[in-house]
Amino acid sequence: MKFETPQTVEQAVALLAADSGARVLAGGTDLLVRLRAGHIAPSAIVDIKHIDGMGEITQQADGGWRIGAGVPCAAMGEHAGLVADYPGVVEGAELIGSTQVQGRCTMVGNLCNAGPAGDSVPALVAAGAMVRVAGPNGTRDVPVLHIPTAPGKTSLAKGEFVTSVYLPPRGARGGDAYLRFIPRTEMDIAVVGCAVNVILEEDGTVACAGVALGAVAPTVLLVAEAAEALIGTKCDDAALAACAAAATAAATPIDDKRGTVAFRKDVSGVLARRAAKLAYVRAKGD
Amino acid sequence: MAKDEFQSRQFKVVGTRVPRPDGLDKVTGRARYGADMTAPGMLFGFCLRSPHAHARIRAIDTSAAEAMKGVKAVVTRADFTVTPQDQGTRDILDNVMAGAKALYDGHTVAAVAATSRSVALAALKAIKVDYEVLPHVTDVDEAMKPEAPVLHEGRQQESVPEGYSQNVLARSQYGHGDVEAGFAKADLIVERSFKTAATHQGYIEPHACLASMGNDGQGDLWCCTQGHYMVRNTCSAIMGMEAGRLKVTASEIGGGFGGKTTVFLEPVALMLSKKSGKPVKMTMAREEVLRASGPTASTSIDIKIGMTKDGKITAAQGDFRYQNGCFYAMNGALGAMCGFAPYHLENVETVGWEVVTNRPKAAAYRAPGAPMAAFAVESVIDEMAKELGLDPIELRLKNAADEGTKSAYGPTYPAIGLKATLEAAKAHPHWSAPLGPNQGRGVACGFWFNFGGDTCVSLMINPDGTVSLSEGNPDIGGSRASMSMMAAEELGIPYEQVRTVIADTATLGQNEVTDGSRVTFAVGLATIKAARHAIEIMKARAAQLWGIAPEAVEWVDGAAQPAGPNAGKFPPMTLKEIAETASNTGGPIAGHFEVNAEGAGVSFGTHIADTEVDPETGAVKVLRYTVFQDAGKAVHPDYVEGQLQGGAVQGIGWALNEEYIYGEDGTLQNAGYLDYRIPVASDLPMIDPVILEIPNPGHPYGVRGVGETGIVPPLATLANAVSRAAGVRLTSLPMSPPKVLAAIKAKG
Repeated sequence: MKFETPQTVEQAVALLAADSGARVLAGGTDLLVRLRAGHIAPSAIVDIKHIDGMGEITQQADGGWRIGAGVPCAAMGEHAGLVADYPGVVEGAELIGSTQVQGRCTMVGNLCNAGPAGDSVPALVAAGAMVRVAGPNGTRDVPVLHIPTAPGKTSLAKGEFVTSVYLPPRGARGGDAYLRFIPRTEMDIAVVGCAVNVILEEDGTVACAGVALGAVAPTVLLVAEAAEALIGTKCDDAALAACAAAATAAATPIDDKRGTVAFRKDVSGVLARRAAKLAYVRAKGD
Repeated sequence: MAKDEFQSRQFKVVGTRVPRPDGLDKVTGRARYGADMTAPGMLFGFCLRSPHAHARIRAIDTSAAEAMKGVKAVVTRADFTVTPQDQGTRDILDNVMAGAKALYDGHTVAAVAATSRSVALAALKAIKVDYEVLPHVTDVDEAMKPEAPVLHEGRQQESVPEGYSQNVLARSQYGHGDVEAGFAKADLIVERSFKTAATHQGYIEPHACLASMGNDGQGDLWCCTQGHYMVRNTCSAIMGMEAGRLKVTASEIGGGFGGKTTVFLEPVALMLSKKSGKPVKMTMAREEVLRASGPTASTSIDIKIGMTKDGKITAAQGDFRYQNGCFYAMNGALGAMCGFAPYHLENVETVGWEVVTNRPKAAAYRAPGAPMAAFAVESVIDEMAKELGLDPIELRLKNAADEGTKSAYGPTYPAIGLKATLEAAKAHPHWSAPLGPNQGRGVACGFWFNFGGDTCVSLMINPDGTVSLSEGNPDIGGSRASMSMMAAEELGIPYEQVRTVIADTATLGQNEVTDGSRVTFAVGLATIKAARHAIEIMKARAAQLWGIAPEAVEWVDGAAQPAGPNAGKFPPMTLKEIAETASNTGGPIAGHFEVNAEGAGVSFGTHIADTEVDPETGAVKVLRYTVFQDAGKAVHPDYVEGQLQGGAVQGIGWALNEEYIYGEDGTLQNAGYLDYRIPVASDLPMIDPVILEIPNPGHPYGVRGVGETGIVPPLATLANAVSRAAGVRLTSLPMSPPKVLAAIKAKG
C-alpha cells in the first residue's frame, strides 16, 4: 500500500485518476478504522491535507463561507463567525465522534462516506450548501444533496475529489438547527437526524426554508413539503405540526438494529418540529 | 464452625481508603495485560470463525494455508485428539474448536499461527470449509418447541418432561408450602410474562494469551483470566497433560465480570504452539469478543403473585426459561432460586429451565441468572403496590426475609441485611424527593448467594520486617489492596509494610476462580489465618529468646510481649526485630493457610432510580440513582463503592439499550460497541452508593462479598421507574426508545 501526500490539487487528481484502488484521506477517522478492521484494502492512500487551503475556513466576497475539505470539525466550533451564521451546520459537524475524533474528522469525509446517517450532511443540505469538486476535467460546483447516491456510493467520478464546501451568505434574519435522535447521549450514530434552515422576512414570517432528514432513507432527504409548511408562517403550532407531518410522510426508513420503521417515521416528525422551532428562534435572534 | 468466625473489634487499617497498589502502573501503562506479553520467536495466532449460525462441517481443507510462506501451524478439531473425561470440559473443547458442527455465528472452526498478523489473516482466507447449513434457532421459547432445530442429541436430563425439544437440557424446581392454597387466600393476583435480551459483560480488555509448549512436554501460559488454576486444569485436560506440567500466570485484567471464568483462546494457542514448536500469541478483536465469548442468557419468564389487600404475599410462582447458548449452563436454576429470595413466603414454587440455542455459550455475568429473575419478580411486586395503593418499600418490608426465614430456594437464613437496606432506602432523602412531569421513581431488591471455595494464601515475613503475601486469584476488584490491609490489620503493622502479589499456578495450591464474590471473603479469611499462623511462630521465637513458654506471649500492636506481669518483664519485640533475628532463632518465618471456605454469607441490596421519559421519542434519562447494599464489613470502602456503582451501571445498560440482536439468518447484527450500546458517562448520573455493614458471622472481620449483588436490582429498578414515568408497564428488556414509544402509543 502506498501513502501519498500531494502538495497540489492537480497532483492529487493525477494520483486518484491513475489508481482506482486509491482512497482519499482527510481526517481518517473513518478510513483508518475500516482499514484496521479489514473492511477495505486500498492500494494507495492519498492524504489531501498538505494541499493549500484544505485546512482553511474563509469568508468569501459575497459573505458566504468556504470550508476546506481538511478542516476538522472542532475547528468549525471554534470559528465564531461560522458559528454565528450557521449554528446548525456546526452543531451537526460537532456531533461526529468523540472529542478526540473531533480534532481530526471532517464534514467532507462524512459526506463522501455516503453513510445515510452522517450527522454533518442534513444541515448542509437544508442550507443549500455546494461542494467544489476537482477532477481530471477541472473543477465543478455541485449541490451537497447530489453527492451521495446510495449508501456508500457518491456521484464523484474516477479521479475526482471534493476540495471544499461552500455555504451561501447568511444575510439578516437567518438561522438553522440540527437535531438527531440517538439511544445514548453521545458516541452514537443517528437513528433519525433532522436539520432545518429558515430565512425570515422583517416581520418574522418565514420567507425561505429547507428541511432535511438523515438516516431515514438511503441518502439524505430534502423534504420540500415540510419546508413549504413553514414558509409564510411564523412557525406557529399549526405550521410546526404540518412540517412534522410532512417529515413523517417523507421518511422511508427501514427496520434494523437501530430502530423500527414506525419509530423512525414518528421521530422524523418530532425532530422536524423541534428543529424548526429552534431554527426559527435563532433566526429571530431573540 | 463457619458461623462463629466473626469477632467484633476496633479496626485500624480495615475500613480506611489507602492508595491502591496497582494504580500507578495502570495509569502510566507499566501494567501488563494479556496482550502485553511477548516471547522470543513468537508467532501470531488467529481463529477462522463460522459465518453460519448452525452448520455441519463436511470438510476443512487447510493445505493452501499450510503452504503459505510464514505459516507455521494450522489446527482444526482433528488436532485435538484427547477426549476430556467430564462433559463440562468436553463442552469447552467443543466451544473453543468446533467438532462435527458449527453451533453459532463466530464459532471457531480452525486456527492459524504465522510469523505476522497479515500472513495469518491471509492464511485464514485460504482455508476452505465445506459447510452444510442447517436450520437454526436463537430464541428461547422457539428453541423449547418440539419442532425446533435440535443442536445436540441425547443431552436431555431426566428432569425434563415429555413434549419438549431436545434443546431443553434440564428442568429444576424449588419451593415450599401450597401455592394453590396461597392464591386462594389472595385479594389480588397478578400474572405477567417478561423477556430479557442477552447482554455482554463488556469488559474493556479483549481476551488475550501467550502460550509456549516445550518439546519436553512442559508448558507455560500467560493470559488474562479470572482464574488461572481453572485455565490450567481445563487446558491440561484438553491437551492431555498432567496439570503440574502446565504453569499458568495471570496478567493484569481489564475487567471480567464473570466472562473470564472460562477459556476461549488458551487451548487453541497451546495446540498451535505445540504444533509449531514456537510461542504463540492470540488476541481477540472486539468483534470476536462479542460474537464468540460468553454473553449472558436471554430469558422468558412468567411470574404469578397473590397478595392480600394490605400487601402480604400469600403465594408466589415463577417459570424461568433461560437461553444459555449452545451448551449446558446453570442459569435458569439460579434464576428460579434467586427471584423470590428476598421474601419471607409461606407458599412459593419456581421452575428453572436450561435451553440451548445457536448462540455462543453463556458465561457468568455478575450474579449469573439473578438480575433477570429479579426484573420479573420485582416488576410484578411494583405493579401490585401501585394497584393496591401501597408504598413499594413498605410492601417489601412487610414481606422481607430476615434471620430465620426459610428461603425460597431452601436454606434458612442466618443474620442478613435486607431489611436494613430497605429501612435505609426509606429514610434516604432520595426516596422523598419531589418528581417533575414525565418522571418516575422505581425501587427494587436483589439477592445473591456469594461463595467461598478452595483458597490458599502464603505470607512471608522478610528479613527486614516487610511482608510478602501471595494469593492465587487475579486482582479484579482490589484484592491486592484488601489482602494487604487485612494482613496489616492482623499483624498490627502499617499497610505500606505489606505487598501482595498474584502467584502463578506453580507457587500456591489450588484456588477457585475469582467468582461468587468470593475473594475478599475467602482469600481475606485465609490471609487473616495465615497472618495468625505467622504470629504464632513469631510469638514462639520471642518466647525462645526470653526463655518463657510460648503460651505466655501475646501479640499486641505488631509486637510480641509477655502476657501479663507473671510471664516475665521483657520489652516488646516488634515484628521487624523478630524478622531481623529470625535466621538465628530457627530460620525464615512464613505463615500459610489452605481452606475450602464456607460461610460466605448471602447478600442483599435495594436500589432507587428516578427516570424521565420523553413521551414523543421514548428516550429515557436516568436522573438519580442510589444503591443500598450490605457489605458485611467494607475493607476498602472506595472499592466497595466502585463495585456498587459498577453493578448499577451495568444493570442500567442491560435495562435500557444493551442487547444481542440476531438477524433472520442467525448471525449477530451488532458485534461492536457502536450498535451494542453500553452506557457512556454522559448517560448516567453519579451513582450514589450507601454501604451498610451487617457483619457476616462466617468471616473473622464480618466481610461479605459485594461484587455481584449490585447488578441484581437495577433491571427491575429501571423498569419500575420507567413504567411509572411512562404510565405503562414495560415487560421486555432492553427498554430501548422504539419499545418505550410503542408502549406509550399503544396505551393511547
